[in-house]
Amino acid sequence: MSAATHVLEIDGLTLRLPRTARPVLDGVDLTVGASEIVALVGESGSGKSMTLRTALGLLPRQAAVGGSVRVAGEDVLTMTPARLRDLRAGTASMIFQDPRAAINPLRRLGDFLTESARINGGAGGERAVVRARHLLAAVGLTDRVLSQYPHELSGGMLQRIMIASALMNDPGLLLCDEPTTALDVTTQAEIVALLADLRNTFGTGMLFVTHDLGLAAAISDRVFVMYAGRIVEHGPAGSLFGAPRHPYTAALLDSTPRLEAPSERLAAIPGQPPDLRAPLSGCPFAARCAYAIERCRAERPEPENGVACHRAGELVLATVREGDRPRA
Amino acid sequence: MIAGFLTRRLAGLAATLVAASFLVFGALYLAPGSPETFLLAGRAANPEALAAIRAQYHLDDPFLIQYVKWLGQMVTGDLGQSVQYRSPVLGLIEARLPGTLLLIAMSALLVVLFGVGLGWISAVRGGATDSAVLVGTTVALGTPSFVAAIVLLWLFSVKLGWFPTIGGGQGLADMIYHLTLPSVALSLYWIGVLTRVTRTSMLDELGREHVEVARSRGIPERTVIRRHVLRNALGPISTMSGLTISGLVISTVLVESAFGLGGLGEFLARSVSVKDFPVVQAISLLIVALFVVVNLVVDLLYPLIDPRVGYGARGAR
Repeated sequence: MSAATHVLEIDGLTLRLPRTARPVLDGVDLTVGASEIVALVGESGSGKSMTLRTALGLLPRQAAVGGSVRVAGEDVLTMTPARLRDLRAGTASMIFQDPRAAINPLRRLGDFLTESARINGGAGGERAVVRARHLLAAVGLTDRVLSQYPHELSGGMLQRIMIASALMNDPGLLLCDEPTTALDVTTQAEIVALLADLRNTFGTGMLFVTHDLGLAAAISDRVFVMYAGRIVEHGPAGSLFGAPRHPYTAALLDSTPRLEAPSERLAAIPGQPPDLRAPLSGCPFAARCAYAIERCRAERPEPENGVACHRAGELVLATVREGDRPRA
Repeated sequence: MIAGFLTRRLAGLAATLVAASFLVFGALYLAPGSPETFLLAGRAANPEALAAIRAQYHLDDPFLIQYVKWLGQMVTGDLGQSVQYRSPVLGLIEARLPGTLLLIAMSALLVVLFGVGLGWISAVRGGATDSAVLVGTTVALGTPSFVAAIVLLWLFSVKLGWFPTIGGGQGLADMIYHLTLPSVALSLYWIGVLTRVTRTSMLDELGREHVEVARSRGIPERTVIRRHVLRNALGPISTMSGLTISGLVISTVLVESAFGLGGLGEFLARSVSVKDFPVVQAISLLIVALFVVVNLVVDLLYPLIDPRVGYGARGAR
């Protein structure tokens, strides 16, 4: 795919925070094509939400960043504040995890939906309201909610409003930060179906952050697996989950409950993710990896054919589930 | 719903006033000394005159009878006779009310303007500005209003001669001129309080996720602060503003005496020292009534500030 068709192109993104021994994000490469859904999976604290937020220039205070984050061809990290506001108001928008926390509880939902368009659009409030009505219909809500307050609606309905508000300015890129985690299971399924549907209707490219592998497999075209601020493996959803090549991806799949094998004990990954306060040499997963060899602890594996593992060529990980996996 | 709320609150208001009136009346009854000794002021006690005074103020009746008679008079608008001035309390209060009300209004304006403004700047700017405001409010909170009054008088009236040292002034413009220093002295402490409350409340709101979300939607920072941070911080700010007005009323006692303004507060202080029972009782009740009314207004405003609080809910938040 050529660079022009990428709505998001992250290249060697590195992010450091004060009082940490290693970068929070360490050389992240990631692309999202037009009307493509890309999932970014990993444990809590792996840096996936941070990666997502850099695409809108939402950086933590005192963060030192390197590399580039291009949205529609333009580097977010070097934008002026005014240009950044334009980007946030038009080109890219974000859906958050907990809609009840993400929407101001004291303002009407109509205000929430049209606020950015009224302030940035230049178009009058009336056109913003027309657009809001159209999008409310697209996400399956009635106009009635325009005059309601957040506390009068359920979490699922609020997330629909969040999605409608993110689409108000017809963005090319939709950033989803675990948009279904705070919702109950049936509502999750509805929201996921809605997002997939909207991709077809509006042709929006999506970067979808989640720790739910089943969800990632169901919704995405391609998947990036993140560990300790690095992308350890990426590839098309089907082949990545069908035949994982990185031991971390395999371990993550093993620790996911499945309906087909309810009696099987879940294999939790032993140990903890590496601490930000300790420097990291070699492969970040080496300390928890059952296949780690001397080289893994000493030398950092560079990504090759979509996987960053020294032993990617020799390991056969697809059989791991059958139970002969050595325990650390 | 709002009618039911109002009925309940007004009933509560009446109950509060009755309870307060009992305390006010009882406290003076228990206090040492009696009004007739003041009236006689060292002159030889003529038993007949003494009896006449005691009869006029119902001093020989049992406590409860005295209280009920007094309350009955209060309700009908008869605030009684001042012992020291021998004229109706109502007229004496009316003469002193405008100056005191103006002083409180000016101080309240200063408190809201500077309290909210400084708290806002402190929360949004942070850093050195925040530290400077915190030091300033600490000084303001640690300075009693009569000390502030003396310092202000010394600097602006005695040294610089910009403001008069004494008196309340005639006519609105002159009154405002005379009340400038007193209102500063009166508001200083409360500016400190409201600055702290505004700052804390806004910092609270600044940390909320919906503020970050608003930024992520390309809303300019100033608009985010105004529409999402300050707007949401208004609850604690309005509650504290209500308390401030009540507090200002109490503090007028000291400040009016220091500046010799001849207002209601000064009148109350003098009446206490000479045991002018009817005046003390009337002014005390007036203060309680004001306190209760201000609270009611704040409670009525609350559902407008926060739609999650209905009029059906008991109290605010």
